[in-house]
Amino acid sequence: MQLSENAKLTAKLLALAGSMLVFAVFIMPPLYDAFCDITGLNGKTGDRYEAVPAAVDSHRKVKVQFVASQNESMPWDFRPSVVSMTVHPGEPVDTVFLARNPTTRDMVGQAIPSLVPFKAANYFHKTECFCFNQQTLKAGESAELPLRFIVDPDLPPGVNTITLSYTLFDVTEKFTRNLNNKNADSEREG
Amino acid sequence: MAHGPKPGFSRWLYTTNHKDIGSMYLWFSFTMFLLGGCMALVIRAELFEPGLQIVQPEFFNQMTTMHGLIMVFGAVMPAFVGLANWMIPMMIGAPDMALPRMNNWSFWILPFAFAMLASTLFMDGGAPNFGWTFYAPLSTEYAPPSTTFFIFSIHIMGASSIMGAINIIATILNMRAPGMTLMKMPLFVWTWLITAYLLIAVMPVLAGVVTMMLMDIHFGTSFFSAAGGGDPVLFQHVFWFFGHPEVYIMILPAFGIISAIIPTFARKPLFGYSSMVYATASIAFLSFIVWAHHMFTVGMPVAGELFFMYATMLIAVPTGVKVFNWVTTMFRGSMTFETPMLFAIAFVILFTIGGFSGLMLAIAPADFQYHDTYFVVAHFHYVLVPGAIFSITAGVYYWLPKWTGNMYNETMGKVHFWLAFIGLNVTFFPMHFVGLAGMPRRIPDYSLQFADFNQIASMGAFLFGAAQIVFLFNVIRTVMGGKKATDEVWDNPEGLEWTVPSPAPYHTFSTPPAVR
Ligand code: HEM
Ligand SMILES: [Cu+2]
Repeated sequence: MQLSENAKLTAKLLALAGSMLVFAVFIMPPLYDAFCDITGLNGKTGDRYEAVPAAVDSHRKVKVQFVASQNESMPWDFRPSVVSMTVHPGEPVDTVFLARNPTTRDMVGQAIPSLVPFKAANYFHKTECFCFNQQTLKAGESAELPLRFIVDPDLPPGVNTITLSYTLFDVTEKFTRNLNNKNADSEREG
Repeated sequence: MAHGPKPGFSRWLYTTNHKDIGSMYLWFSFTMFLLGGCMALVIRAELFEPGLQIVQPEFFNQMTTMHGLIMVFGAVMPAFVGLANWMIPMMIGAPDMALPRMNNWSFWILPFAFAMLASTLFMDGGAPNFGWTFYAPLSTEYAPPSTTFFIFSIHIMGASSIMGAINIIATILNMRAPGMTLMKMPLFVWTWLITAYLLIAVMPVLAGVVTMMLMDIHFGTSFFSAAGGGDPVLFQHVFWFFGHPEVYIMILPAFGIISAIIPTFARKPLFGYSSMVYATASIAFLSFIVWAHHMFTVGMPVAGELFFMYATMLIAVPTGVKVFNWVTTMFRGSMTFETPMLFAIAFVILFTIGGFSGLMLAIAPADFQYHDTYFVVAHFHYVLVPGAIFSITAGVYYWLPKWTGNMYNETMGKVHFWLAFIGLNVTFFPMHFVGLAGMPRRIPDYSLQFADFNQIASMGAFLFGAAQIVFLFNVIRTVMGGKKATDEVWDNPEGLEWTVPSPAPYHTFSTPPAVR
């Protein structure tokens, strides 16, 4: 009797431990992503935005600044074509970033956006962005990377400047490896 | 027929006896304490003067990392498990632990885990060098190849802790002598019961976070890699969700030991027993909602900063209740100052200092200044050395006569205490000052203005190290012989463990004792 009581308790405690493991690996990361999406925390901007026609608020002006940087091992030249522009909320705006692969090998890059102030993150909509895909540049090739965005007319008052920064990562190795081994590709990729 | 221990080495290899396993845990822990201590002395020797003298920065970083890992997982945690093994069955009137075979396993996988961890020092690229908190991507993209071995050793340690915790819970819930109700249990048993639940809740999270690292390193996932859509800050959230409860895992059993020792030498029952139990439970609960006080500077929204700041400060309330109860227990008691009591009193005073520096760090705007400086190092060494280490030492002196049947040498014990007490304060108190003045932690070299205090700290560290040799010598001498201890050992101590002969026979409470 004593033994089966211990076995029952052990099973329960092991189940608790197992569920905490599942919680850490499979629940915490998506939960964190969702949390950041909702709050705009960490300056994470949303995915592709379906443009809805909205009235342009031509009385309000918002300055949008662009910053481009390379992760330390990334040799590409990467910069915005204009570093700053003034836009009206509601108006779709186009701009491009310039990238060049100066090396002698074909490479794949991935740009990761981040936006400050955080509270503006949910009011900055990208309808078209090179950051939605990986960019492949052959040796010596250069490209214009398009970005089209709309600043939401509901942008909280007091936000007059938005800074959008892109960090460019070298994902050549990861990309080729994932092509070879699709199974190892996690759903979080992309 | 009462079985004695088997002769020879196989006694230790196959033993399922809680006393044998407890002793092995304690010796293992002491070995790790000395190893981690030597690493600390390498660190302090290098920091004796500004500039690089003894080691290269790469090796310095391996030393800080390994020192932290070995002390947390190799010295403090196994020592508490060892004390639990020895004392919990004797305190609740049980013949042994509930799951003796698992007990053997949970101990014997530990030496392998730490052999693997230590062997990384000799591998290509060196040992892990990213700090005991192993923040990604430093520990993934920029880590030495030995990191994989580090990850496996953490898995094994986690498995060992979880098995140990299950065993302790099963013992406490299923094996108490008739009449030993929950609210009659000694506080050491209570604090361990709660600690064991903390372990089961958060060790899997640690296992999870290192598993995600493993996948990022070898299987192309991007949990913590921004390039692949992951987020390095996620690492810190997951790590500290484990990490903060972990620091309470290292202090709750200490509260239990101190609550056993102070009443004995104050010759008064513990003041506020039930408030102690509730305070422990509330500390355990709160420890799950304060983790981001380690991350005030990562860029949280103001609401988050405020929440974690107030929640953290809330922990000071139940902690204050405990300190109040210990002081009140001593108040107007007829106190004597044997070695265990000296360590216990030092615990109360110095742990409180550590709690206060914790409160300073909990002030989010101030933490922007203190974060990652030596002030943090001073804080956590004040809670861990006089907290965890002193309580373990106090417990060893307190119960050693029961374990061995011999009294330890009181003079040597007092020498140990004063050397350790002075050494510890000389080492860690100046760190408050250099920290407030802006000296960053985890650096092998520093600006000249910090030189004096660092020199003082290094001298204190060697003194503290020397004190431990006295301890080792005293324990070995007591194991070998010495003045015979009485069954009660102390003056009218409370608890079932004092009703069995000294030394405690190999099997105790084969028939349950009567509990009043
Ligand atoms: C009143 C209780 C306490 C408060 C308010 C408190 C608060 C804090 C805060 C805010 C930090 C982060 C500092 C920073 O990195 O900027 C910290 C760090 C730390 N605390 Fe505490 N603490 C308390 C008690 C404890 C206890 C009891 C322990 C362990 C026994 C402990 C162990 C640590 C450790 C190990 C760190 C540093 C972790 C690292 O970055 O390596 N603390 N504490
Ligand atoms: Cu904490």
